[in-house]
Amino acid sequence: MSQAVLEHPARRKPSMTEIAAAPIMIEVRDLVTHYGKREILHGINLEVRQGEIMVIMGGSGSGKSTLLNALLGLLRPTSGTIRILGQDLNAISDVERTKLRQKMGVAFQGGALFSSLNVLDNIVLPLREHTKLDRNTMRIMARMKMQVVNLSGFENLMPAELSGGMIKRAALARAIVMDPRILFCDEPSAGLDPVVSSAIDDLILNLREAMDMSIVVVTHELESAFKIADRICVLDKGHILTIGSVEEVRNSPNERIQNLLNRRTEAEILDPDEYLRRLTGTQSQ
Amino acid sequence: MLTRLGDQLERMGRSASSGFAEFGLGAVLLFQSLFWIVMGHRRAQPVRIEATFERCMEVGIMAVPIITLMSLTIGMMLAIQGIYSLRIFGAEEQVVLGVGMSVVREFGPLITGILVAGRTGSSLAARIGTMRISQEIDALSVMGINPVRFIVAPALIAMVIMVPTLTFWSSLVMLTGAGWYISLDLGMSAGAYIDRLTEIVKVGDVMHGIGKSALFGMLITLVGVINGAMVSGGAEGVGRMTTRSVVLSICAIIVTDMIFAFIATRS
Repeated sequence: MSQAVLEHPARRKPSMTEIAAAPIMIEVRDLVTHYGKREILHGINLEVRQGEIMVIMGGSGSGKSTLLNALLGLLRPTSGTIRILGQDLNAISDVERTKLRQKMGVAFQGGALFSSLNVLDNIVLPLREHTKLDRNTMRIMARMKMQVVNLSGFENLMPAELSGGMIKRAALARAIVMDPRILFCDEPSAGLDPVVSSAIDDLILNLREAMDMSIVVVTHELESAFKIADRICVLDKGHILTIGSVEEVRNSPNERIQNLLNRRTEAEILDPDEYLRRLTGTQSQ
Repeated sequence: MLTRLGDQLERMGRSASSGFAEFGLGAVLLFQSLFWIVMGHRRAQPVRIEATFERCMEVGIMAVPIITLMSLTIGMMLAIQGIYSLRIFGAEEQVVLGVGMSVVREFGPLITGILVAGRTGSSLAARIGTMRISQEIDALSVMGINPVRFIVAPALIAMVIMVPTLTFWSSLVMLTGAGWYISLDLGMSAGAYIDRLTEIVKVGDVMHGIGKSALFGMLITLVGVINGAMVSGGAEGVGRMTTRSVVLSICAIIVTDMIFAFIATRS
């Protein structure tokens, strides 16, 4: 698959009607998670449809990383269900979960590339572990994905030799090497300059167009979220404030959403007396 | 006063329970590793031979120079001390008996175990700790690659093969070093030294040393993996757990050695 194939000058976001008509890929029902005794997510309900880009947005401590970990099966929920491609992630056997995970790709925030392997071997790894393809075919497939993410020519570099943007691209290449049906991206543009960040956003949009995959993006970058999202799920303190299109979220009357969109800090929102009490550590009356 | 005592008791209780938890984790890791080694092929997730060879190179071949140097020195040191002590009774000829038995049954496995714990156990803990911090372990899990099968099982196989191999080599070099000094000091010929050694040291003694060194290899792996998996708090955490891994590995080796020696000398 060449870069030319992936470029869609007339890229079009699907309408809400189209999204609603598409099959459900991820279904989260009444999800509750805890870290120790602390409840983090308080009954989350969410659906992601085929070919949709769902952005999970929220401030620090809103629970978006916890939700992502639960969706990836890295965190067992206290209650509720997560169904991915129709299978209950926490009720299926290990063998079934391994098979299911082959249909999911994940690009971690820091890349999570294996530091002992070069870029090509990192991308080849899922193929080597899950397919019986011969070595040359695997390498050709990995190179194709590298071309998709504009990383051709850097096959032999070690992760330590890559820039931040290149690490994100390599992580994306590894995430899509098995042609997954669902792609998860954790903060894909965090820590990148605006130009590289925009290029990563374009790459995510191109991937959806070319591979018709559902993409779940966790981010707190507003610009990036508005650019790529079909729908946005806004999380706050473990609750979903809203799920809707970019316009719906932008025009939401909810004060907390507007505070998030307008980058107003909690300190600005708080009653001055309450703020002072928190600073001094005294109990509020 | 009572509160302080209560706090101390609570701290002791917590330490004891976390210690038991680590034992439990070690047992689970061992069981899971054995499961993947035996059942990996059936699950279409075999333990990779290339990864195991890589680990064997790292644990074994790369350690040969330092093991050789240390073993040669210790062998000579044992001969020097042995001759010095036995000379008091005019029994320096018996030094071969002392050196032969102690090297094959104790010093070979112990020194090799300690060197491997310092060299490979620490690097295993640091590697796994760094992988944990940089989400590489999570990446393996979400790719459907079992981390125990991918990381722990090859390391365990390599250790269980290479530590006994290194022990055999170390014992051989120690005996050579000792023999060299003995021939210089006592004028004993190489042939006489070897004859005397083969009279004293039986195959059972060699197997005693090699058997327990396989156990040491297993312990070093499990301690390294557990400590690596417990890393938190960035680079400082990696350093702390790496040090802890080396200290605990050496403690585990010495305690196991004592238990092994006690049991073996009574059977």
